[in-house]
Parts: sequence; structure tokens; C-alpha cells
Amino acid sequence: MNALLLRTVSSRLFWPIVMLLVLVLINVIAFPDFLTVTVKDGHLFGSIIDILRNGAPTLIIAVGMTLVIATRGIDLSVGAVAAISGAVACSILLGSSDPGNPGTVAVAVIVALIISLVLGVWNGFLVSVIGIQPIIATLILMTAGRGVAMLITEGQILTVDSAPFKELGSGFWFGIPVAVVIGAVIFAVAALLTRRTALGMLIESVGINPEASRQAGVRARVLLFTVYAFCALSAGIAGLILTANQTAADANNTGLFIELDAILAVVIGGTSLAGGRYSLAGTLVGALVIQTLVTTVYTVGIPPIVTMVFKAAVVTAVCLLQSPTTNAAFAQLRQRLAARTARVKEAAAS
Amino acid sequence: MKKKFLGLAAAGAMLLTLAGCAGGGTSAGESAGPKPVDQLVVGFSQVGSESGWRTANTTDIQAAFKDAGIDLKFSDAQQKQENQIKAIRSYIQQKVDVIAFSPVVETGWDAVLNEAKAANIPVVLTDRAVDSADDSLYESFLGSDFVEEGKKAGEWVLDEYKDSTEPVKIIQLEGTTGAAPAIDRAEGFAEAIKGDDKFEVVASQTGDFTRAGGKQVTEALLKSNPDANLIYAHNDDMALGAIEAIEAAGLKPGVDIKIVSVDAVKDGMQALADGKINFIVECSPLLGKQLVDIVKQINDGDTPEKRIITEETTFTKDQAAEALPTRQY
Repeated sequence: MNALLLRTVSSRLFWPIVMLLVLVLINVIAFPDFLTVTVKDGHLFGSIIDILRNGAPTLIIAVGMTLVIATRGIDLSVGAVAAISGAVACSILLGSSDPGNPGTVAVAVIVALIISLVLGVWNGFLVSVIGIQPIIATLILMTAGRGVAMLITEGQILTVDSAPFKELGSGFWFGIPVAVVIGAVIFAVAALLTRRTALGMLIESVGINPEASRQAGVRARVLLFTVYAFCALSAGIAGLILTANQTAADANNTGLFIELDAILAVVIGGTSLAGGRYSLAGTLVGALVIQTLVTTVYTVGIPPIVTMVFKAAVVTAVCLLQSPTTNAAFAQLRQRLAARTARVKEAAAS
Repeated sequence: MKKKFLGLAAAGAMLLTLAGCAGGGTSAGESAGPKPVDQLVVGFSQVGSESGWRTANTTDIQAAFKDAGIDLKFSDAQQKQENQIKAIRSYIQQKVDVIAFSPVVETGWDAVLNEAKAANIPVVLTDRAVDSADDSLYESFLGSDFVEEGKKAGEWVLDEYKDSTEPVKIIQLEGTTGAAPAIDRAEGFAEAIKGDDKFEVVASQTGDFTRAGGKQVTEALLKSNPDANLIYAHNDDMALGAIEAIEAAGLKPGVDIKIVSVDAVKDGMQALADGKINFIVECSPLLGKQLVDIVKQINDGDTPEKRIITEETTFTKDQAAEALPTRQY
């Protein structure tokens, strides 16, 4: 029993999960119906559903980001890629004679995703072939990408009236939000591909020591290309969901700062920015913590002016609790307690 | 030692050049009298092209100056103050007759505005103000009165519920925290409704002036305040997001929950005409004509009013339907 408790407490996911539960508890206190999920118009309805739906884009990007970070890289361009993807889809829909046609929507979505993939390959090229540091390589697309999105939309907010496209953001499949279904599928695919095969281990080895991995026969270059392309593809998918959710392409604001949320989700989930070992389950918890935090601000009614400080405090708390130093201190405390219990027991026995 | 001396000499030379510049500017400015209108040159530095509103603002200003036959030098600062300062400096060097600009941020303008003053070039602010202790740095500020916009929205709410004795629960969707329009629109609205106890703002959160923000905030707030009657959004985009959230909650926007917003951009006007928004206070980007008038006044040697408010109106459902076909932005 004690050993199990010890294992749980020292797990990397322990503190993020505790934080998630605390946030949920705060919400329940402020708003007792928080956990209630009802069926409205044939679909699930409730705060939890909102959190899952609004958190889906962050989760999707964070999954891609986890793999990039595992290779000791980072992708700052995901927000810009999301904006470009949304802008491309909306301008195709607006340019067509029948934006409500599922075929047109499919074309728009596919073209947007192909362009996202190309952008990811560009990032991968800069990082793996040219050898630019990832933070600089993706910074290029982060700043330039929003400009590209602005060019596509000509600086306007493009509103589209297309029922099938809107489904992506606010529709439901079998009562579950489409965005949540897409998020779950991407999460599952990433988890299966990297954890049920050796791919995950190879990615980690590249992150720990690219040169050694190369000499051991790991194709580091191909792997880097793949993770950046996958990350951009997930950013493109998230961009489509975000755009469909507001039924408009907003080149300035779609996916703004989402790269930071995604990186934060990865870090909260216990994956180190130094590369190597990664945890997709951790990223899932991280993304949920971030979105629940946003909702908490609204339900508890924290004034906008202190919102940022509140968020910073929560994130700082999670990071401190997770840090190796804190964990070592906890371990020491436990040892001392155990020693004392043992002494007390000895004294009682003698 | 030798190197140091060279550096000093270079610095000295630069100072001399700078002084020369300033001197030249002053002498050119002193000879100013009323010029023929078609010889006037005006430099305008725009914030950027971040929204449909801003694009309409740019197009209107360019069109107004073209109609008046005044040469307009236009530059887009792409949301960066340093670009704007560079543009203003280049206008000073080109010795334009009037400089107009929409400041990206409120502070940090004293140095460059002093340069313009030293060169005797009058400066007109459009749309946004600068925060400076010295208001002699600009001739005039032409733009909307955001407090007044909030007040107009509040007055409509007062009128709409004048026969009701039930309490009215209001959700406010604020603009970007700290932005002048967000602060002022909240202030004007609060002032208008404070006289009557039945009005209560039950929740007020920022939606960052975006649709996604407005939608997400409304989703959450509608769940914790299911009895809300009215949403006051600081701009149309957030109101459009709120509409989606209300519909997703199985309610009818404009009927079950009334919406009042500020801006009157095309999409917002469409929603108003469709009955999903109940009332919009206009915040007009069309200030080109008024800006031309100010430039002419300055040229004639008159002093324009220090604060000129853009001509703006309000829209109800029928007025929106009527205005929609000719709406430019």
C-alpha cells in the first residue's frame, strides 16, 4: 500500500493531475453544476464538454509539439501555421460557388492540410539539412507566417457560411463534439505509432544524442523531417478547428500564442525541453490543465486585470511541485519520516 | 588613444549634422502662409491593417484626400511603434505640411513629436490618442469618444427595459484588458445604467475583441449565469462569437438573450438585420473628410478644435437592414 502511494507520488504525472483535480474542485465550489453533463438537442452539453472541445486544438498541437521537443527541438511556428491553414480553407470556400457543398469543404480542408505539411517540411529542412537551431528556424515562420496568412485574407476577417465546415468546430458526431473526436484520434494515432513501435524510442534517442544515434544507424534526418511535418500538420488541423469554431478566418488572432500554450502543456506534462524522454499522457493532462484554468477564470469570476497573474501563479505552482529539486526534497522528507517510524516501532518492540 | 579621438570626432560631426537638420526645418516652417490646396502635402502613418475596420479607415482617408486634390503620403506601420516613428521622421525630413497618424500605443511619442514641433509641422492624431503631459505637441485629436459609445449602449438598455420591474442580469464582454476602448466603453456603460438598481452586471470578462474569445467566454458565463438577460459586447466580433455560444446552449440570440454591441462592421450589421443582435452603437472609421477639413483649417492659419469627435450614429434592426447594402466595411 505504502509502496503504491510512493510510486504514485513520485510519478511525473502526480502533481499535474492533482492540480487538475484542484481546479475542478474550485469550479465545483464556485458553480455546483460544473460537472453536470446533460443531453441537449441530441448532443452532450456542459462545462466539461466545453473544456474538452475548446482544449482540443491546444491538445492536437501539443501532441505534435511533444514529439518535436523530444528531439530536443521546438516549433514556434504552429500558431502561424494554424492561421495560414484557416485562411487557406476559408478563401477556397469563399472563392467557390457552393461553399455549403461537402465536396468543396473536403477540397478546402485537404489543400489547407497539404500546405501545412509543406510548411512543416520547410521547418524540417531548415533544422535537419541546413542545421539551423530549431528555435531560430521556426521563429522565421512564426513571424513571417502570420504575414502570409494576412496576404491570403487580404487583411480582412473572412466569414464563411458553410454548414459542413462549421461542423469541424462546433458540430457533433454521435453526441460528441467533432473537435474532441479529432483530438482523440490524433492522440491515439501518435501514441500507437510511437509507443507500439520503436519510433518513439528512436525519436528519444535523437533527442538525447543525435550524433550517437546517427552512428548507431538511426536516420536522424528523416526523423526530424517527420516530426516537424507532423507537428505542422497537427497545427493545420487545429487551425481548421479554430477557424470553423468562429466560422471566420482571422489572420491576426487565430492561434495567437497557441505555441506557448502547447509548449506549456508539454512541460506541465513532464516532458523535458532538453529532449529525450517524453510523455504523451502528460501532454494530455497538461492541455486539460491549461483549458480548465481558462474556464476557472470565467466561472469563478476572476477580474480580467488579474487573470494573467492568477494563471501565472497556477503554472508556477505546477512547475515548482514537479521540479527535480522539490521532488528530491519530498523524497528526503519521506525517508526521514520512514526512519522515524522505524525507530518508534523499534522502541515499542524493545 | 587615437581610436578614441576618432570616435569623438565622429560623434561631434554627427551632432553638427543633426543641428543643421533642425535649423533647416525651422526656417522652412516660418515661411508658411496659406498655400493653394493642391500644393499641400500630408504625411499619414497608419497603425496597420489588422481588421476590416482599419482597412475601411485607410481607404476612406486615401479617398478623401484624393477628392480634395491634396497629395497624401501614406505609410503602414504594421503595428510597430518604431516603424511609425521612422515614418514620422521621414515626413519631417520631407517637410510635409501636416503629419497625421493613428498612434499604435499611447506612450513614447514625446521625442518625435518635439522634432515635428521644432520643424514647425503641425501634427493631427486620428482614431487613437497619445498619453503625453504636453498637449501642445499636437494640433488636434480626431476620433471616436469611447465613453460616449458605452453611454449610448447603456441608454438603449435603459430604454429597452424601462417598463420591466424584473431585475436585468447583464454579462459584459470586455475588449483587450488595458486597451482604451475597453476601459472607456465599460465606463460609459456603467455610468448610464448606475441610476437603476434593477440592472446588474453579473459577470464581466475579456474576450480580447475576437470572435473566438467572445464565444468561449460566453459559453462559460452562460453556464454559471443561466439566468442572464442581456449581453453587452465591446465590439461586434465578440458579439458574433456570443451568438454562436447562445445558439449552442439551445437559446435564441436576440430573443432569449438580448445583445448590444459597438462598431457596426458588416458582419455585425448582418446579424443585427437578422435579429440576432438587438442594437449596435457605431464606431465609425470613416473620418477622412473630417481630417481633410482639419488640414485645410490649419493651412488657412486657423486653429482647429483640440478634440474633434467622429460623426457617429446608432443602429436598430430596421436601420441596419437599410444601411447594409451600402456598407463599406
